[in-house]
Amino acid sequence: MVDMNVLIVGVGGQGTLLASRVLGAWADIAGKDCKLSEVHGMSQRGGSVVTHVRIGSDIAAPIVSPGEADFVMAFEKLEALRFAYYLKPEGTILINDQEIMPMPVITGAAEYPEDIYGRLAADGKKYISVPALELAETAGTSKAVNTVLIGALAKITGEELETVEEALKRTVKPKLLDVNLAALKAGYDFIK
Amino acid sequence: MKKLMLTNEAVARGAWEAGVKVVSSYPGTPSTEITEFCAGYPEMYVEWAPNEKVSAEVAIGAAAAGVRSMCCMKHVGVNVAADPLFTAAYTGVNGGMVLVVADDPAMHSSQNEQDSRFYARSAHVPMLEPADSAEAKEYLKRAFDLSEEYDTPVMLRLTTRSAHSQSYVELADRVEREPKPFVKDIKKWVMMPAAARGRHLVVEKRERELKDKELPEFYKIERRSDKTGIVTLGAVYQYVKEATDASVFKVGMVYPLPVEAIRRFAETVDELIVCEELEPFIENQLKAAGIECRGKDIFGLQGEFSPAFIREKLYGIKAPAPVSDVPGRPPVMCAGCPHRGVFYVLNKLKLNVCGDIGCYTLGANPPLSAVDICVCMGASVGMAHGFDKADSPLKRKTVAVIGDSTFIHSGITNIINAVYNKGTSTTIILDNSITGMTGHQDNPSTGKRITGEATAKLDLEKLCEAIGVQSVRVVDAYDLEAVEKVVREETAREAVSVIIARRPCALLTKSYPPAYSIDPDKCVKCRACLRIGCPAIEFIGGKVRINKELCVGCGVCKGLCRFGAIKEGR
Repeated sequence: MVDMNVLIVGVGGQGTLLASRVLGAWADIAGKDCKLSEVHGMSQRGGSVVTHVRIGSDIAAPIVSPGEADFVMAFEKLEALRFAYYLKPEGTILINDQEIMPMPVITGAAEYPEDIYGRLAADGKKYISVPALELAETAGTSKAVNTVLIGALAKITGEELETVEEALKRTVKPKLLDVNLAALKAGYDFIK
Repeated sequence: MKKLMLTNEAVARGAWEAGVKVVSSYPGTPSTEITEFCAGYPEMYVEWAPNEKVSAEVAIGAAAAGVRSMCCMKHVGVNVAADPLFTAAYTGVNGGMVLVVADDPAMHSSQNEQDSRFYARSAHVPMLEPADSAEAKEYLKRAFDLSEEYDTPVMLRLTTRSAHSQSYVELADRVEREPKPFVKDIKKWVMMPAAARGRHLVVEKRERELKDKELPEFYKIERRSDKTGIVTLGAVYQYVKEATDASVFKVGMVYPLPVEAIRRFAETVDELIVCEELEPFIENQLKAAGIECRGKDIFGLQGEFSPAFIREKLYGIKAPAPVSDVPGRPPVMCAGCPHRGVFYVLNKLKLNVCGDIGCYTLGANPPLSAVDICVCMGASVGMAHGFDKADSPLKRKTVAVIGDSTFIHSGITNIINAVYNKGTSTTIILDNSITGMTGHQDNPSTGKRITGEATAKLDLEKLCEAIGVQSVRVVDAYDLEAVEKVVREETAREAVSVIIARRPCALLTKSYPPAYSIDPDKCVKCRACLRIGCPAIEFIGGKVRINKELCVGCGVCKGLCRFGAIKEGR
């Protein structure tokens, strides 16, 4: 496992917390120092949620600073745009290609931004779009978007699939393990 | 063995290792998980109490009975528990007692940004603050040692960031302890004025002893620069280490503060800076001791710190900023939330709504826009009675809205007050059969204990009737016609009334009916359905659609469409 700062962003209820815990287990298996920071409570209710993951050695702060993330794992497109500023110049955003309308858009008080990918590219951000919802559904559950993205992250960082499978076994409830293993592989294989 | 642990989990583990026997708490973000993790250790008795005052009193009793006890709460919970805390500092605690408090700088999930360190000083009890999960476990165990040694409650303070961060923890075994006998002694245990005067002297003596010792195990000096020295604590210590190359004095015992050790540290650097979130608690004590320092003039009182924030404030280095034109994504009530329809009706009837603390505070946001005032746990009922007794023009248009757990926490006494004092207010109890906001904890109205075991179920209707509420009505929170009818009738009534709007939290339901959908041939795009603010109903590209990933088939929206365009299934 490579040393990395990862910011996991999404909409409350999408499983960002579980994703960070899988990364934590992965770091543990790899013998790395790791700190995670998550926010619970109000933000669970469909709001914008952020989880910080830092993997390396002798880590102090449990949070990633803006401009210092190697990866932003975005579970939703608008959230990718919102948190892109956390990315290092050479970092990558992994984006689940899904749009979830926030309440100001639903009520007509705001517009959902058009051409998010174009804006990210114009801003010099490197991104990879993953059809994670589709891949998760094929694997057996729409709830496994998080696992698909972790699979993609594992492949990009040159990790063996077996290592992350082990991390998943330590984190996911046994009855949900099979669909999550399938989702993990789908994300892993999506990255060529 | 080493384990990656949430600090809240590490506190629970620390309690278990320290031989704690009794844990009593009320849920409150960011402290909730401590007690939930405690419930996983069968050697400890663990309970959800109806509020923080009760939890502290249970802990005091258990400690007096001779065992180690703990109560955990969020910062505003200490306001509720302050009464027993201040006097337990006088009586002492025999077996050892720790109150764990989690503050919430930046108010991720709270109504104010109060700094609980002042409680330690006002109550004259020691307070420790750890900087990560491993230290949280060690400090909690040491807090129990201090509690027994000095015969005082000890506070352990966390903040949202430390409570909800994970880092590695070295695990140890549990040490069982022999209970100490409770020895009758009215001069120590019965706080009447004559006895309390004697105990106040004990409190002062104990505090002076602890202050003079300045226990070196609770501070740490890291020398890196002769120019700048930074005094810091908790999660902020980690940020300072990362953001600066200054020498660091890390405070572990927040109260009493090791002032003389800090004075010696200050003499080794050209300038001393105090880096602490919220109030200038340390800074002002240092200044009062004649130690020159800066702090709040650099960092201010507001919000949560971070390495980037410290770099900006100390060195003027600006971190990359977010793009400004991205629509916000505030938290919302979930699709299928039983509270939503009630707020839709309150908005429709243009009522003045005294709100309370829970998921349903979100009813204040557009488009429901149906909470007009919200202060603290239980306040809704009292405030509605206040509107009533002020003879406000809004008197007959006012309702209190409160959740089941919040009602039990501190709404009941308000209803008693309204009945006793011949009020005419109306209270709506949103009974979703769970403590929702903090992540689904059981409470006296759910009929289950924290362990899941069945227990007596508080009957809200019978309770209200016993109090003397003249009219107690129960409605299905999904049946908007019934809700509207009952609300109209009860607000018109010249007596105290309670409406129980009942439906379990949508997240508790295990199997949902199929998602609803929009019939494009019937939809006239009037957007009336959007006024209920359901996250599953979207207006995209000039068309209304129901997001099948989110819809749980509650069907509340169906009744809002006059054109019959909302249908069950695909």
